[in-house]
Amino acid sequence: MNVSAPAIEALGLTKRYGDKLAVDGLTLEIERGEVFGLLGPNGAGKTTTILMLLGLTQRTAGSARVDGIDPARHPLAVKSRVGYLPDDVGFYDDMTARQNLRYTADLNRLDRRTAQDRIDRALEDVRLLDDADRKVGTYSRGMRQRLGVADALIKQPSILILDEPTVNIDPEGVRELLLTVERLRTDQQVTVVLSSHLLHQVQQVCDRIGIFVAGRLRACGTVDELASTLDDRWSFTVALSGVADPVALLCTVEGVRDVTRSEGRWSVSADRDIRTDLHAAVVDAGGRFEHLARDRADLDAIYHRYFQTEHAHDGSLARSTP
Amino acid sequence: MTHMATIEAPAERSFSGGWRVVAAKEFTDHVRSIRLVLLVALMSLAGLAAVHSAAGPIGDAADAASQTPSIFLYLFTLSPERVPAFHEFIGILGPLLGVAFGFDAINGERSQGTLPRLVAQPIHRDEIINGKFVAGIGAIALALAAVMAIVGGYGALRLGIGPTWSDLTRAVAFYIVAIVYISLWLALAILFSVLARRAATAALAALAIWLVFTLFGGLIAGVVADAVHDVDADSSAEQVLDNARLELQIRRLSPDQLYRDATGVLLNPSRQSTGIVVTEQEGALPSALPLSDSLTLAWWQLMALGAGTIGLFTAAYLTFMRQEVRA
Repeated sequence: MNVSAPAIEALGLTKRYGDKLAVDGLTLEIERGEVFGLLGPNGAGKTTTILMLLGLTQRTAGSARVDGIDPARHPLAVKSRVGYLPDDVGFYDDMTARQNLRYTADLNRLDRRTAQDRIDRALEDVRLLDDADRKVGTYSRGMRQRLGVADALIKQPSILILDEPTVNIDPEGVRELLLTVERLRTDQQVTVVLSSHLLHQVQQVCDRIGIFVAGRLRACGTVDELASTLDDRWSFTVALSGVADPVALLCTVEGVRDVTRSEGRWSVSADRDIRTDLHAAVVDAGGRFEHLARDRADLDAIYHRYFQTEHAHDGSLARSTP
Repeated sequence: MTHMATIEAPAERSFSGGWRVVAAKEFTDHVRSIRLVLLVALMSLAGLAAVHSAAGPIGDAADAASQTPSIFLYLFTLSPERVPAFHEFIGILGPLLGVAFGFDAINGERSQGTLPRLVAQPIHRDEIINGKFVAGIGAIALALAAVMAIVGGYGALRLGIGPTWSDLTRAVAFYIVAIVYISLWLALAILFSVLARRAATAALAALAIWLVFTLFGGLIAGVVADAVHDVDADSSAEQVLDNARLELQIRRLSPDQLYRDATGVLLNPSRQSTGIVVTEQEGALPSALPLSDSLTLAWWQLMALGAGTIGLFTAAYLTFMRQEVRA
């Protein structure tokens, strides 16, 4: 349809339940073909955001476009082109996987032929073709989750929204699911929005990440971009040879606060960029560098940073309420 | 935005009729369910017992009065002491049928986690509850048709009497009224399935109301009537009648009584009133009424039953539409 429009656009999107702001002025743009991770703790407003994007709950304020369409005005048009895997997805346990998907196909008004083709293809995409005629009641959690992805694929969506797809499934199941997401993106150019509170998984498959805390989007960008926002942290990994006492030597450099050993190297944290001075000190002592690099902040650090500020917030709130 | 609207209008239209998909799936579930089999078996057994024990009196009636208009319908209305007639059995057991097809309509989808998936498909939200209501009515109609066919067939074979056209139209009228009456309980059960998170809670609540109306309704009405118009052995006929009239009025607050009034008149062409029939009156007016007159007699009972069904379903519909997907 409108190819120039971004896959998802939100402007000041807000949802209020009573006094509680579940989503507070979300502004976000997700490009076509992108895998976007919505990262945040439980109760941060991720699911509420998704429900608003699908037109399944009324927004309090703001606007949204999904595939160029306003979900509040044309919910059916949006729902016909967005595949959705809900948080804790369920199926009719006494029906087979194929029967469950057939119902979804019928609800999308697909004719018999098209439905059968798409069901087979979707089941193949998630590697469930061999179990297609078993009752879903006998499925493991990982299989259900993959069936949920197949269910979302029946309508051949241009956008796929997966809400907490990796919760409560074993590592092998997680791996399978993330591989499926990767495949869909490369083979079918589907835009994927993936919500999770598990940062490592998000990091593995997502092009960009939005960090969502207490209804607000705190940061948004690639992992590298998010890391660069943490540049007030000066830490380096150093490997030396030809130095008798590396710790003593490293500690002589002005500004070094701490030196710890990790995996055969030294982790040095400092309160400024010490690389020039460090270089001079090592060369003067007759040693050589095997390795010297500044550490990038990883997603863990990013996540903790945003969450810690949130916890500090919680703390102050807790104190102010008797 | 205007160009978008022009693109979207046809797309929305192509997704009409989603309720039919929901109804078809739900109806298939009902038909294959053990609930349907059990309830048809239970109601058929009760009906057969009623017809079996009524066989003697019906035979007598047929011998005694060959001019009696609708012998066949006696199958559904006549009964010896202590055994309720077939239409009374339907009045008592019918609500179970309605409750069975409705108590887990919405909360079942919630607890299975299928509701979010369902509402994310290109259907309007009300099509879910509409489809389920229609499927429930369909299942009720099917179950009731099966029960009536079994009971009527048995009676016809045993007594060797077939229905006349007039009997058939009256039986169809009874069938429709019974469906409306049972649908009222279906709507009530669906309402509870929207309100209660757990299916068991919804079923119990609906059954509690059923018990109050069908078992204790008469008791409560009797107590109230006695309190207002006290009667004892010395009371005049007038006083006894006042007491009975008041009791009936109170009982008419119950759908059960409305159903009894309406079906009593529809199945018995010689009944001239939905009210209290004094024996002399019954003998005094032997002529049979045409169906249209019987319908007129039961008119407000029929309207009240229909209104109750629609009212309860509307309550369920509005509550469901206002609920959040993640309630």
